[in-house]
Amino acid sequence: MKPRTMDLFWRTASWLSGLTVSASVMFLIGFLLWQGIHALSPALFFGDTAWQDALFGRKPVFEGIWPAVVGTLSLVVLASLIAVPIGVAAGIYLSEYATIRQCRWIGSLVDLLSATPSIVMGLFGFTLILLLRRTMLPNAQTGLMLAAACIALIVLPYLIATTRASLQGIPEESRLLGASLGLTKWQHIRHTLIPLSAKGILGGVVLAIGRAAEDTAVILMTGVMARAGMPRNLWDKFEALPFQVYYLAAEHRNAAELAQGFGTALVLLIVTAALFGFSYWIERQAARRWDSG
Amino acid sequence: MRSRRFAASRAIRYIARREIWIERVLFLAAGLSAAVVVAIFSMLTWFCLPLFTEHRLGAVLEWRWDPIHQHFGILPMLFTSCLLTIIALIVAFPLTIGICSLLHGVLRNGVLHRMLLFLLHFMTGIPTVIYGFVSVFVLVPLLRWVFEAGTGFSLLAAGLTLSVLILPTMVLVLHAELDQAEARYRLTAEALGFSPEQTIRTVLLPACRRALVVTVLLGMGRAVGDTLVSLMVAGNAAQVPHSIFDSVRTLTAHIALVLATDSHSMAYQSVFAAGLFLFLLMSCFQAFLRFWAKHGTVFK
Repeated sequence: MKPRTMDLFWRTASWLSGLTVSASVMFLIGFLLWQGIHALSPALFFGDTAWQDALFGRKPVFEGIWPAVVGTLSLVVLASLIAVPIGVAAGIYLSEYATIRQCRWIGSLVDLLSATPSIVMGLFGFTLILLLRRTMLPNAQTGLMLAAACIALIVLPYLIATTRASLQGIPEESRLLGASLGLTKWQHIRHTLIPLSAKGILGGVVLAIGRAAEDTAVILMTGVMARAGMPRNLWDKFEALPFQVYYLAAEHRNAAELAQGFGTALVLLIVTAALFGFSYWIERQAARRWDSG
Repeated sequence: MRSRRFAASRAIRYIARREIWIERVLFLAAGLSAAVVVAIFSMLTWFCLPLFTEHRLGAVLEWRWDPIHQHFGILPMLFTSCLLTIIALIVAFPLTIGICSLLHGVLRNGVLHRMLLFLLHFMTGIPTVIYGFVSVFVLVPLLRWVFEAGTGFSLLAAGLTLSVLILPTMVLVLHAELDQAEARYRLTAEALGFSPEQTIRTVLLPACRRALVVTVLLGMGRAVGDTLVSLMVAGNAAQVPHSIFDSVRTLTAHIALVLATDSHSMAYQSVFAAGLFLFLLMSCFQAFLRFWAKHGTVFK
């Protein structure tokens, strides 16, 4: 084939693939908006209960997705409480303290953690419960705390990676500052390196929150339940937005439930898109900072 | 005077001790993150042990899943997982190459370049369950209507959905790699009078052939590990598929389904075997990736 013809073929094929993918994603978003937009109303969240009562927990919500919102919110908060301190601390250690040998070992294990499928992480949580039942607590149950811990494991590698990357992205000149002021290693990290890389770390935290909000496979194994209502304590069964989407797709009984499914999917998409957009923006800001010098 | 010197030395000692403790705490966090992986591996192995000690491994490595008649084979699911991954890659890989040549050829700069990149970044942020959800209500009826074969919940539907899911990861990795290659070779290629398409075809992609392997491996990892798409779209019949319109069940979906419904001890053990297998598969991918990245510095 002549190079000219080949070029034409190549260009057509690449345009086609670009257009196919963009069109399918646009279609996905458009379809959800078209189907879900009229389901978006206070009734989607609270059902028949008045929103003041639902918000302060005076009356239970039966029809709406408010319990799922609360479940996801508490999952995200608990998982962040566990994962953020550990992840940031591990990132700081790997970037500033670790020897090359430690870096290689811990780094490869953390890589393996990030590659572990989320369903295996959920299975791990399930085996923990089985172990607890056999040894100490015969009536241990899967629940909110276990799910949060497993989700924390899922987001931990992201946090470590972003913390490490943003600390290592600090220019060498800024690192001289600590030595020139006679700071100890920790004072240097605490007062110059962390403030300089704060944006990058924050971007990682927001990304981790997004991941925690969307993951379904883990909570499927660790105690999510349809129609569980509000979690009463940290060990109780709970509902969650992504699970609600999955459940309603498979088991909707009538048109109203289907509409609720579309509404829930749209809410989930909006939440994760907002979190994602925020982290993308922070990332861009952080990247620009060192470029402008 | 003496007391002041005493106080100063005490402050120094305090700071030194604090430094040591902070390092210890940070080390503990890093060690904990690493130890979790070991814990996952040992827990799964521990719960798989009965299979080995009681010689029931053969019962799990079998081609039939029929718990009522005491058949607990997970091989059909294993086969399906591999097949589904291959289908997803067959669809996604050409698209990845196409989009990357778009990003480095015709749309090298400008608004469209940025928009396409933003779209790809955005795709990584869309929850998996949303891809599955839309697929259930769009792709599945479409396939049912076009091919008039079965219910539409099939290998093909899952493969197509998975390909959209793994695409952004693959494109972004390859794109970053092509960017570096472009910085090195662009001037040379232009001086030789290559068209943009020729540059990509004959210079950039061959220069990135190691990155191509990494791209494929990352895509495979995501496709094998994904649960929700195959759970929602593939139909979940535990059988060996004969055509791409057959309903199938992957290893990941199998784990989720069995733990949700069954309470048979042997079924549980087959699930742990499936989990251990997935974990080991991912370890192999990861080891290969590391090896590949380490020996992949030929062009630098």
